[in-house]
Amino acid sequence: MPSSIKPVTQPSASSLSQEPLLRVEDLKAYFFMDEGTVRAVDGVSFDVFPGKVVGIVGESGCGKSVTMKAILQILEPSAKIISGKVTLRSRFNSLDPDSPEELVELTGLHPDSRKIRKIRGSEIALIPQEPMAAFSPVYTVGNHIIETILLHQDVSKQEARQIAIDVFRSVGISMPEQRIDSYSWELSGGLRQRAIIAMALSCNPRLLIADEPTTAIDVTTQAQILKLLRKLQEERQTSIIFITHDLGVIAQMADEVVVMYLGMVMEKGPVHTIFKDAKHPYTQALLRSIPSVQSTPRLKLPTIAGSIAHPFNRPAGCPFHPRCKHFMRGVCDASQPALAPIAEGHFVSCFLYSSESMSPVATGRQAVPATENNP
Amino acid sequence: MSAGMNDLKKQTRSGSHRPLLEVRNLKKYFPIHKGMMRKVVNHVRAVDDVSFFVREGETLGLVGESGCGKTTVSRCILRAFHPTSGEILFREADDQITDLSPLDRAALRRFRPQMQMIFQDPFGSLNPRMTIFEIISEPLYVNGLRSRADRTDQAAELLKLVGLRPEFMQRYPHAFSGGQRQRIGIARALALHPRLVVADEPVSALDVSVQAQVLNLMLDLQEKLNLTYLFVAHDLSVVKHISDRVCVMYVGKVVEMAATKELFEAPRHPYTAALMMAVPVPDPDQRHIIQDLPGEVASPANPPSGCYFHPRCAFAAEVCRTQTPQLREISPDHFVSCHRAEELQLAGIDENKERQ
Repeated sequence: MPSSIKPVTQPSASSLSQEPLLRVEDLKAYFFMDEGTVRAVDGVSFDVFPGKVVGIVGESGCGKSVTMKAILQILEPSAKIISGKVTLRSRFNSLDPDSPEELVELTGLHPDSRKIRKIRGSEIALIPQEPMAAFSPVYTVGNHIIETILLHQDVSKQEARQIAIDVFRSVGISMPEQRIDSYSWELSGGLRQRAIIAMALSCNPRLLIADEPTTAIDVTTQAQILKLLRKLQEERQTSIIFITHDLGVIAQMADEVVVMYLGMVMEKGPVHTIFKDAKHPYTQALLRSIPSVQSTPRLKLPTIAGSIAHPFNRPAGCPFHPRCKHFMRGVCDASQPALAPIAEGHFVSCFLYSSESMSPVATGRQAVPATENNP
Repeated sequence: MSAGMNDLKKQTRSGSHRPLLEVRNLKKYFPIHKGMMRKVVNHVRAVDDVSFFVREGETLGLVGESGCGKTTVSRCILRAFHPTSGEILFREADDQITDLSPLDRAALRRFRPQMQMIFQDPFGSLNPRMTIFEIISEPLYVNGLRSRADRTDQAAELLKLVGLRPEFMQRYPHAFSGGQRQRIGIARALALHPRLVVADEPVSALDVSVQAQVLNLMLDLQEKLNLTYLFVAHDLSVVKHISDRVCVMYVGKVVEMAATKELFEAPRHPYTAALMMAVPVPDPDQRHIIQDLPGEVASPANPPSGCYFHPRCAFAAEVCRTQTPQLREISPDHFVSCHRAEELQLAGIDENKERQ
């Protein structure tokens, strides 16, 4: 029922006039393999507004990284974008904040086209997951950054080097003049992650895609990096798409949250709504099942029964129904619920809310199996 | 109400018990070789004078950031590594106490069934060419249970114990999900009725929705079988969830050890406090809480003088630069190695009453 997907409206009054910087509409990206088709991203829609952080949460295989790759058009050869639109409000001159803007449909561009190559790195920058793998070991980190700057800006090599040193300083790397000539393997995990962020910021992108930027590093370093990202985001008014499986990080960083499961958006809304008033059974169960530093020791956690379905045999209907304790026979396994608004800016894809009533989940609209605590 | 009951249970379960395992002044140095003659130029002090104990029937959580030596400690206890020096005292069922550190392979065989391990990676730790039956029954066979029928019965029992169906016995690991594989790993570890189970990051490779299942299973099994866990992990939330007591390590040393609740609510070491402040809380109303610790973890090959934490510590005084603090008991069952533990007022984490 795609008709029920209304155009997304910006919830906060202050920026009502603002248009989204990036709009993803009903994006579908499938992998075609010998063993079968994997519907990695299956109808994902969300908006990114200027200066906002959108957090995409989900467990492994939920399609959060493929969404990111589809936006940047860097999917693996076996993957194809089946349908959907990704629209970016692009500046003619990416360095000039007053430059006139045009709407560019990224999904319509060839992955090798000049236009998308100009957008990657300068307008949309990526902070990849593995800081070790992101740098080549035979070039200095400075080489990487200077190359990016020379590609997108009309400057000399000397100027580019100076820009690189300045960005290094702004992300909190001490002795940037020396560090710029070191190799990635000479740097510690935290410094390497800072260098990656410096590279992503070197061309002043308006949108930063951070794909699990802190999963490979320790908590104290993670706190440093999160703080840095928040500071840079506030200073530069950069929009960030923050992809992670860590709900703690999402709660700390995001303005808007998109919860994904098996390639579909289960729920999306402002961060407070998602954490305080989640409506989708998956979001609710996920929030309950994570151990928190604030919870009482040695209490049994409520769990989500079963495990994530294999991508080749995804359940029919709602992808979460075999694990859902509000499963309604003949409804949830028959068709896919549409992502429908239930409040201002709050969207849920669940049959519990789809029809006439908006009754809370707890009233128990005929729940049967999926025994909650039974492994 | 439920919290109160839980407390009571904990008292009876671990309160009066004696140590099952005690580690005294354990050191493990790895040599750094250099040059053509492979001359030893320096050592990585992976574990540098570590002492702690684990009581019968309790869970001791061992936390720390990467490179702090927590895995090396667990491997020394299981004698996968030969410790450089120190004692590993293990109490057997008949109350006899033995130091495992100097024993050779043959002498260790008697202890192997009593100490088992749950591994981190459920994909790497199960042989893909062996069926689940073969994986679980191999320890039984090695330890003298030669009758196939008996082994089948026991393997079926073990699978039921960890919540898997015995019919799955003839399948291969690839047919199982990560959480199920971890259950198989747990079944194998329990096959010989061990008294000590060392779990090295048992849930860090699992999806968040599956983590809780495995943690609950480990809590259940501990109650049923009176197991003692040494739970090694980097995730403070997970450690808090499963441990009776927690031991915090930093660059090869124990900095603090106390009962879980006490450690989280009233930490006495600045590193423990900083570590807890760095954990992102899943609550958008508590955003101010993220505080970072300046600098990087010191290198265990070239640690700083005095207290290893002093270059990053907000409270470092002159004595911290020159003298290495000793681990001492500042209140009953609360051990800390900080010169200024008594004077410092450190913030802990309050328990969130809203969460159930």
